[in-house]
Amino acid sequence: MTMPSTTVEIVERHRTELLRARRGRGLLFVGVLIVLVIVSGYMGEVSLQKLVTGLPRFFNYIWRTLPELSWATLSADLGRWFWALERWLWLLFDTILIAFVATAIGVVLAFFLSFPAARNLTPNLFVFQITRRFLEFMRTVPELVFALFFVFAFGLGAMAGVLAIALHTVGVLGKLFSEINETVSPRTLDGVVAAGASRDQVIRLGVVPQVIPAFVSYTLLRFEINVRSASVIGFVGAGGIGQELMFVINQFIYRDISAILFLIVVCVAVIDIGCERIRHRMIDGQVA
Amino acid sequence: MTGPDQISAARVAALTARYPGTVQPYSRDVWRQRGLLAGFVLVFLAASAHLGLSPTRFWAGLLDLGRVVQMMWPPSSNGFLLDYLKALGETLAMAFLGTLAASLLSIPLGFLGARNVVPNFALHFGLRRLLDIVRGVDTLVWALIFVSVVGLGPFAGILAIALNDTGVLAKIYAEAVENADRKAGDGVRASGGSGADVARFAIWPQVLPVFLSNSLYFFEANTRSATILGVVGAGGIGYFLADRIRVNAWSDVAFIILLILPTVTAIDFVSRRLRAKATGSQDAAKV
Repeated sequence: MTMPSTTVEIVERHRTELLRARRGRGLLFVGVLIVLVIVSGYMGEVSLQKLVTGLPRFFNYIWRTLPELSWATLSADLGRWFWALERWLWLLFDTILIAFVATAIGVVLAFFLSFPAARNLTPNLFVFQITRRFLEFMRTVPELVFALFFVFAFGLGAMAGVLAIALHTVGVLGKLFSEINETVSPRTLDGVVAAGASRDQVIRLGVVPQVIPAFVSYTLLRFEINVRSASVIGFVGAGGIGQELMFVINQFIYRDISAILFLIVVCVAVIDIGCERIRHRMIDGQVA
Repeated sequence: MTGPDQISAARVAALTARYPGTVQPYSRDVWRQRGLLAGFVLVFLAASAHLGLSPTRFWAGLLDLGRVVQMMWPPSSNGFLLDYLKALGETLAMAFLGTLAASLLSIPLGFLGARNVVPNFALHFGLRRLLDIVRGVDTLVWALIFVSVVGLGPFAGILAIALNDTGVLAKIYAEAVENADRKAGDGVRASGGSGADVARFAIWPQVLPVFLSNSLYFFEANTRSATILGVVGAGGIGYFLADRIRVNAWSDVAFIILLILPTVTAIDFVSRRLRAKATGSQDAAKV
């Protein structure tokens, strides 16, 4: 107490200053947040009353979709719950095929576009920019919007869905692939160039072997996502199980809603696990 | 003619024999790859045939599409500019409030779902499975359900975004809490802190940047998904987009798309800046 160290004083003064500055910034942040919440609450037509009346109705809704299952009559109950199982499984099968075909088309296009979109492989700035902007556009327009267009042009059905998901996939994968291309070791490329390779040969022999594992891994991830997209693309009439799902939700056929959603969630989970397995096997194969 | 010395064919053969699989790949690898590719192409063709894809339909559709693109020019709001801008604002409001609600809900759920905070297996397992189900159902499906529950309008969209994102964010938050450094918690406990003190002073400062950065990232993604929720009647610009496509008002469609694209890009840009700020001081590597 007798010796007020100057060091302590300096540190304390600095600490209070820092605290005050931090509190000021915190207040500003909270203020901005509150203003944003009020404005968006107004725009989003949020009302507490709607929430209060809506929440019980939501839980009631979920409750009504749940099937009556009892141990004694389990198989009969399940049979009643999944009364249209065969039709739903076929629709689910279609959904997976839509995702598969769309992913395949998207990957091939993305593969070829990823090289002009990689800065290190494309000396021509114009080509590079054009490809990048094209991919960005494909990525930014949601699948459902493409699907709306394609349903108009190609008619109702899976074709519109496949093309819509494929285009979006090109945008997403093309960007990811080009970023992977930009990370390849320049030394390998120098080696291939020194051996007298043309630009195509540099890509074929120098880049592709380095990037293929990452490409395949991203493709599998995208396939998983596309299965999810394919399950809702039917909302606008572009094929798959979505159309059936939309129908039962709009008609309030509660049991069918839960049955179809159950099938979709299980199917998506199985595909996720399968793709995960393949990815791990590939990574192990790389190491071995 | 000044190329490198050619290696004689005999030497290549000798090297191939001596180091199998290096100079030339094993032929069984090559054949396996070709087989895989051929199988893939076959499955692709079969799947396309099953789905009714055909080149003739494709070209016919492409012609229609070309006509549509022609009709899109010039883009015009046809006097609906204010309605479109309002709907765009609604879209942003939906994304913002949905993400905010999901983030706030995910904070307690994230702590409850973390094994190191609540070591109760049943609670942990039950919560995780519930989140799996909520997450497994697409936002668009939730939106459709909420439209039947609270009626048409952006409020249904907000609830749908909030619910689906809670499923994802709570899981991410829980993982962040589980990955937090335990030593800080030991320190707080050693100086006499309770469990709540550990959460507040040891875990919270560690996980806040991760929480913030993920929430911002989801705000970005939700801006995109909020643009289409209107297709099922859950508010926002998607309603006008679907409607104008339905009545073939193509110049309006082009105008709406030209409104959406820069907005989404701008939100991406702002959010990326904020994310860099949120994580910058803590760990610069994680984007």
